[in-house]
This record gives sequence, structure tokens and C-alpha cells, in this order.
Amino acid sequence: MSRLLDVRNLTISHGKVEAVRQLNLSLEEGQIVSLIGPNGAGKTTLMAALIGLLPAQGQVSYAGQPLLAHHDVAQRIDKGMALVPESRELFGLMSVEDNLRLGAFSRHRRGFRDHQKTLDEVFGLFPRMYERRSQPACTLSGGERQMLAIGRALMAKPRLLMLDEPSLGLAPRVIGEIFTIFETLRQSGVSILLVEQNARAALKISDYGYVLEVGEIVLEGSAQALANNPQVAEIYLGRPPTRAAMEVTSATGT
Amino acid sequence: MDISILAFLAQDGLTTGAIYALVALALVLVFSVTRTILVCQGDFVTYSALTLATLQLGLMPGTLWLLLGCSLAACTLDSIAALRRGQSRRVPGLLARYLGLPTVLWVVLDTFELAGLPAVLQILLTLALVTPLGPLLYRLVYQRVAETSVLLLLIVSVAVHITLVGISLLMFGAEGVRTDALAEAVFMLGELPVGLQSLLVIASALLLIGLLYAFFGHSLYGKALRATALNRKGAQLVGIPTQLAGKAAFGLAALIGAISGVLIGPLTTLYYDSGFLISLKGFVAAIFGGLASYPIAAASAFFVGVLESFANFGASAYKEVIVFTLVIPVLLWLSLKHPHLEEQH
Repeated sequence: MSRLLDVRNLTISHGKVEAVRQLNLSLEEGQIVSLIGPNGAGKTTLMAALIGLLPAQGQVSYAGQPLLAHHDVAQRIDKGMALVPESRELFGLMSVEDNLRLGAFSRHRRGFRDHQKTLDEVFGLFPRMYERRSQPACTLSGGERQMLAIGRALMAKPRLLMLDEPSLGLAPRVIGEIFTIFETLRQSGVSILLVEQNARAALKISDYGYVLEVGEIVLEGSAQALANNPQVAEIYLGRPPTRAAMEVTSATGT
Repeated sequence: MDISILAFLAQDGLTTGAIYALVALALVLVFSVTRTILVCQGDFVTYSALTLATLQLGLMPGTLWLLLGCSLAACTLDSIAALRRGQSRRVPGLLARYLGLPTVLWVVLDTFELAGLPAVLQILLTLALVTPLGPLLYRLVYQRVAETSVLLLLIVSVAVHITLVGISLLMFGAEGVRTDALAEAVFMLGELPVGLQSLLVIASALLLIGLLYAFFGHSLYGKALRATALNRKGAQLVGIPTQLAGKAAFGLAALIGAISGVLIGPLTTLYYDSGFLISLKGFVAAIFGGLASYPIAAASAFFVGVLESFANFGASAYKEVIVFTLVIPVLLWLSLKHPHLEEQH
């Protein structure tokens, strides 16, 4: 197994506030790694920085190559990274099929003309997207939007899929469906970095996990060990956030 | 006013309306992708008409030097950026990409007897000289301020427009010009003389509108531009480089402007500074569509053209006043319909 993502001493600042401090994290090819922690811990910020939406200090290497500040979002996506953000960021007035086809834009631009086949695969994974293919994306339900956002990311045939709160606001049955799909994806060779507040469900399908609090990793270990850790249970049950955490939240709006 | 005058005014109005429609579409396109009000859209029109006129006189158009200058500047900026990142291998590619076309144009313009070239070639040369100015302007001016406010972008646009008018005076002089007609024939439709040139303008504009519609509706690049306009962050996340979208929007706008200039050149006398009024009329039409709707903008542009033509006949001293006064009720209506438009930005 080779190391796909290696993050060393990463610091991300929003103005004067350091949302993430000296963070170390790694992910082996073919793994599902979870990042859990309360609201405002810096999980979304970390994802945004990894895909190149936010500047960061520190070393990040991806597939053995350093990712540098001048590698913009498009270049990182060309390298096989993909992010499904918490806010989905769909093209609301365009059809489901157009949203998916645009997911293949980066490959199309590099001369790959196989997106029809990928589209069929995505439709195979999400039959409901096939039923709704000519509907505008803004008419979809919450669960369907999430499927569309994941499907759109898959159209780029990513090596590393980063998912920010995929279960947020979804019915339990839909969450189960989506998490099953993550396992299917791993079997087909996609590595996944999963940010979740729903820690129990996330750790169940993960190989490894990190607990992030107020911008720092406070705990890491195999997913099973974390799931059995009483401290994790405490965070998962949602104890009141510390004062520092609340200050960061109000300052950054994450 | 008898029926023949009415029909003549309508024909005249539809012809100018077609040009305004092209300007309005370009304005909506650039605004929706980059949030920039492209005040200099009309300048692309005059640059194109004046460049074509210069070619028809057999002279070297100053547009070539402007294109060369802008290309050199953009090439230098990109090369410095590449060298800073230690990517010196990219520099030859940048040189070829930026300086290839201007060099070829220079050689062609220098070699041939320009006045004797067939009209089609003169037009193609004009398009090739004016269209690259769009993406180059984006690279040199707008790329650095792309993430700032709409107001700042508007102020930058006004500055760019004023600069372009100044350069226009320098390159083409203060004389008004008309290009040779593409089609001289006039035929009678019942009692009404119909100029083939007018028909050509309207038909070309409609054809171009159809092509744009097909581009945005059916090609992945067209959809990518629309996607960038709908959701910038979403577009970034599927790997559409924002800069590429900006350059593409400016390039399309410049191409539309250049074609408009070729079409309108034989019908109206254009001066170095005629672009501003053309922009404003197109802008009025674009405002009708809330700077967002292509079909409403295009239809309103034809309406503005016809209204202007009738105002010109009935109350020529007030023709601009009548057209621009239209904006007030439209803005009132739009602001009543979308009371919180400001907050969406």
C-alpha cells in the first residue's frame, strides 16, 4: 500500500485566527479515513485548503508529489482529487445530467472522451439520478442532491474523494444507502477522506480515524480503536463546545 | 406618416436593433460569468469597423501594434510567473501561444497588397486582429481584480473604455469612416425598398444568436461557462479554471463585437469614440433582462433599435433621451420585483 496523501505541519489561517494548527494527517491508497470532531473544529477549512480553495502553510504531498501553493483547484482536480463540499454547490438551474457531465469537465479538457461510460457507471450507482436526469438540480430532495454531488465528483474518476458531511440533513435510510456506496467505491480503488459529525457511522466503514478539535488533532488511531474509545463517545454525544471553540466558530463562520 | 415611411423606419430600427442585440448578449455573457459590466464592448465594434476600413484603404491598421503590445505584456507577465515557480520549460510554450498569432498577422499584413484582398479575407483579418484583444484585456486588467466587488469592476471597466477610446484616436484618427458595403443590391418588397445589407445584418445577427444558443445549450465548454455563471465554487470544484472561463467570456464578447463592427460598418459612419453609445444602447437592452436573461436582452435590443429609429424621425433632438428614459421604469419594476437583489451578491 502506498501513501496517497501526507499532510505535515499544516496551518490554515482566516485572517489572524488560526483555524487549523500544525496538523499532521496521512491516508494510504485504497483506505477510507474519517475525520471527526465537533462543529467549528476546522474540518471544512482543512478540506477547502486541501483542494486549493484556501491558502495554507505547511507541506502536503499527494501521490508522492508535493502540492504547492500555485497548484490551483483545477490542477488538483486534474491530479485526481475531488471534493464534495457540505454546501453541495450544484448547478441548480441545469439538469441532473448536465451537472454530471460537467463533472467530467477536467477529463474532457485533458482529451479523455470516455465520459459516457463513466456516466453510465454513475447512473448504475445511483439509479435515482437516471430517473431524474432531465430535471433541474434545484428540484431534487436533500438526499438526491447529495447523490448528485457525489456522482458529479465521481465523473472526474477521482483517486482521492473528499467528502464533507455527506450525511448532513439526510434521513437515516438515505445515510445507510450512501455509506454503502462509499464501501463499493473503496472496493473499486477510490480512497476516501470522510469528514463526519455522525462519527459512529463514519468509523464503521473507515480504516483509520482522526479526531479534530479546535484546529488540532487530539486523537488518532484505527477506526475500531477510536469507536471503542470513551473520549470519542463523549464528543460524539455532543458535549458543550469549549469557549475557544465557540470563539473560532464565530470568527470564521465555519 | 404613411405605411412606406413606417416600414422604412421599422427596417432601419431592426437593423440597428440587431447590432444592439449582439452587444446586449455579449454584455449579459460577460456579466454573468465575471460580474463585469463590459463598458468597452462598443469599442470592440468600432475597433473592428475602423480596422476593416483601414484595410480597405490598403493601410496597416494600428490594431496590429495594440495586439502585439498587449500580447507582449501578457506573455511577459505569464513568463515571470512561470519562472518564479521554477517552471522555465513552460516559457517557450507561452511565447508561441501569445506571440504566434500576432507574428503571423504581421507577416500577412506586411506581405499582401491589403486593398486588393478579397472582402472575405479582409474581414477574417479584422476578426483575427480584434478578437484576441478580449482575452488579453482579461489577462492584463481583470484577472487580478476578478474577486473584487461589482462596483470596482465597473470602475475598472470605465477606465479600460476611456483608455481604449484614447488609443483608438491615436490609431485611427478623428475621421469618421464607413466600410465598403458587403452587398449593394436593393430590391423592392411591394412598395418598400429593402437593402440587402440590412437583411444581411439581421440574418447574421440571428444566425450568431442561434450559434450562441447551440454553444451554451449543447457543448460542454458552453455549459461550463454557464455553470461558472450559476455557481463559481461549484464550477471550480469540477475543474473549470475561473481564469479560463473569464478569458473565454471576454474572447466571445470580443468576437461578437468584431462581427458586429463588420456588419454595421457599411451602414453608419463610425468615429473613434462611437463605441460608448453602442455599449449604452446594448446596456439598456441588457438591463431589461436584468443582466441575466439572454432572450429578454435580445428582444429588448430590437425594441430599442426600432424605438430609436422612430424617435429619430419624430423627435430627433430627443432620440437618446427617449431611449435612455426607458431605463427608469424598467429599473423601478425590477427593483419592485426583486427587492433584495443587492443581498444576493
